[in-house]
Amino acid sequence: MRQPGAAAKIAASRGFRGRLADNERWLWRLMLAPAILYIVLLVGFPFFLSLYYSVSDVTVGSREMNFVGLESFRRVIDNRTFWTALKNTLIITIVTQIFVLFFANILAMALSVDFRGKWFVRLLILLPWVAPISLGSIGWLWIYDSIYSIINWTAQALRILGPNDWPIWLGQPNLAMASIIIVQIWRIVPLATVIILAGLTSIPQDIHDAAQVDGAGFWRHLFQITFPLLLPITLVAVLFGAIFTFTDLIVVFVLTRGGPYDTTQVLASWAFFTGIQGGDLAGGAAVSLFLFPVLVAVAIVFLRLARRAEVT
Amino acid sequence: MRSPAARAKRFAKASGHAGLLVFFVTFLAFPFYWMLMTTFKTTIDLHDVTKNPFLFNEPPTLEHLKVLFEDTQYLQWLINTGAVGLAVVAITLVLAVPAGYALARMTGAWAQTLGIAIFLTYLVPPTILFIPFSRIIATLGLQDSLWSLVLVYPSFTVPFCTWLLMGFFKAIPRDLEDAAMIDGLSRFGAFVKVVMPVSLAGLLTVVIFAFTLVTQEFVYGVTFITAASSYTVSVGVPTFLVRGDVYFWGSMMAACLIASVPIAIIYNFFVDRFVAGFTVGAVK
Repeated sequence: MRQPGAAAKIAASRGFRGRLADNERWLWRLMLAPAILYIVLLVGFPFFLSLYYSVSDVTVGSREMNFVGLESFRRVIDNRTFWTALKNTLIITIVTQIFVLFFANILAMALSVDFRGKWFVRLLILLPWVAPISLGSIGWLWIYDSIYSIINWTAQALRILGPNDWPIWLGQPNLAMASIIIVQIWRIVPLATVIILAGLTSIPQDIHDAAQVDGAGFWRHLFQITFPLLLPITLVAVLFGAIFTFTDLIVVFVLTRGGPYDTTQVLASWAFFTGIQGGDLAGGAAVSLFLFPVLVAVAIVFLRLARRAEVT
Repeated sequence: MRSPAARAKRFAKASGHAGLLVFFVTFLAFPFYWMLMTTFKTTIDLHDVTKNPFLFNEPPTLEHLKVLFEDTQYLQWLINTGAVGLAVVAITLVLAVPAGYALARMTGAWAQTLGIAIFLTYLVPPTILFIPFSRIIATLGLQDSLWSLVLVYPSFTVPFCTWLLMGFFKAIPRDLEDAAMIDGLSRFGAFVKVVMPVSLAGLLTVVIFAFTLVTQEFVYGVTFITAASSYTVSVGVPTFLVRGDVYFWGSMMAACLIASVPIAIIYNFFVDRFVAGFTVGAVK
C-alpha cells in the first residue's frame, strides 16, 4: 500500500516542477547568454568584418575605408602567387590526408592490442599533436637544416645517398613542398590515430567473435567488418585533419616563409604576408575568405554524421 | 604442445607488430629525441659533420640552457604563457560551465542544434579572423599587450569547452538534481551544490584543454604582438630566436623541449575525454 504522505509529496513535486519549468527557461537563457554573446562578438563580428574588408580598400594605416566592390578579389586573383598558394594548399591537404588515412588506420590497429609499455608508446606517439606546432616545426627546421641535416647524414651513412648528394630540403621548391607535407602528416597522424582507436574499441566483441565463428580470414575480416564499421569515425578523423591542414599557417611560416620565391605559399601564409606584413588588409581578407568554402563543406558533412549518430 | 609452424607464425606476427610500432614511434617521436640530444651537445660537436651525430663526441654541456635562460627572454615568455593561460582558463570556465550545463539539461531538439552550432564556431580558424582582429586590437589600443590575447583566446576555448562540458553534464543522471530539488534546492542551487562537485574530473579536463590550446596558439600572437617582452613561448621561440643568420640550435631545441614535454605528459592523461568530444557520438 502506498503511503498517503508520499503521494502528496510526489504531487507537490509535480506542481513544484511545473512552476520551475517556466523559471528554468529563463535560467537556461541566462546561463547560455554570456557564452553566446562572447562567441558572437569575437567570432561572428570579426567574420562579418572580414567579409566587409574584402569589398573595401582598407589598409593598415588608413583611417577610413570605402566600398570598392570586388576590386580586392580582382587584385588578388590577378596575382600569380595566389594561384600557387591555392594549388599548394589543396595539394598539401589532400596528400596529407591520404597518408594520414593509411598511417592512422594501421597505427590504431597496432595500438588496439594490449602490450607492455603501451601507455609510454602512446605518450610518444601523441607528442607531435600535443606539443605546440610552432615548436615542433622548429625541431623539423633543424632536421631539414641545409648543412647539418640529420636525414642527409643518415641516408649517406646507409649509402642511400651518394657521397656527393646533399639535398637542400627547404631550398628546392619540390623538396620544400615534400618537407611541409611530411611535417603536416607528422602532426595530424596522432590525432587521427586516437580518434580511430576510439572507434576500434567501440566495436562490440561479439561482432568479431561471430566473424571468427563464420570462418572469416584476417583480410576478409578487415575489409568486410572492421573497415565498414570504422567508416564514419575515419571520416571524422579525416575531416578534422583536412581542416587543420587546410587552414594552417604555422608550418609554412616556420619552415619556409613561403619560399623559395613564394613557391610554397599556402592561402593562410599568403593572407598573412599580404594583409599583415604587406599592410593590405582588404587583399589579405579576400585571400583568407577562400578558406571558408571548405569549412562549410566540412561542417555540412559533420552535421550529417552527428544527426545520424543521434538517430541510431 | 604448439606445433613449430604455429609458433613461427606467432613470432612473425609479434615481430611484425613490434616493427610497425618502432617505425611509427621513430617517425613521430624522433624530432623530440633530436631536440633532447641537441640541447646537451656542445656547439662544436653540433657543427662537426664528419663525426656520428647520434653520439656525444664531446661531453654533454649545460651551456645552451644557460644561454637560453640568461641571455634570452625565454623565462619571461614562459611566465607570459602561464599568465595568459590562467586568465583564459578562468574566462573559459565562467562562460563555458553554465552554457554547457544549460545545453545538457535543456529539452527540445534545438538544444542539440545549438550545441553543434557552438562547436562548429571552434572550426572557424584564426587564419580567417586574424586580419579583422589586427585592426580591432589596434583600435582598442591593445597592441603588444598580453590583454589582447586574454581577450581573443576564449573565442576558440569557449566553443570547444562548452561542447566538452555538455557531454560531461549529460552523463550525470538527472535524478541527482531532481532529488536535491525536491529537498528544497533551486535548480541553480542543485547545479552548484550537487552537479559541480561530481563533475570535478570534467572541469579539470576543460582546464587542461583550454590551457593547452593557449600554449599552442601562434597566429594571433604573431599578429598582435611585436614587442619581444610580450611574446608567449610558441610565438617567441620561432620569431625571435630564429631571426638573423646565426641559429643557436642548442638553445632553440632546449626552448622547444622545455615548453612541449610537460604539457604533453599532462595532456596524455586526458586524451580519451578529448577524443570523445571530437567524435560527436559517431562512436557509440
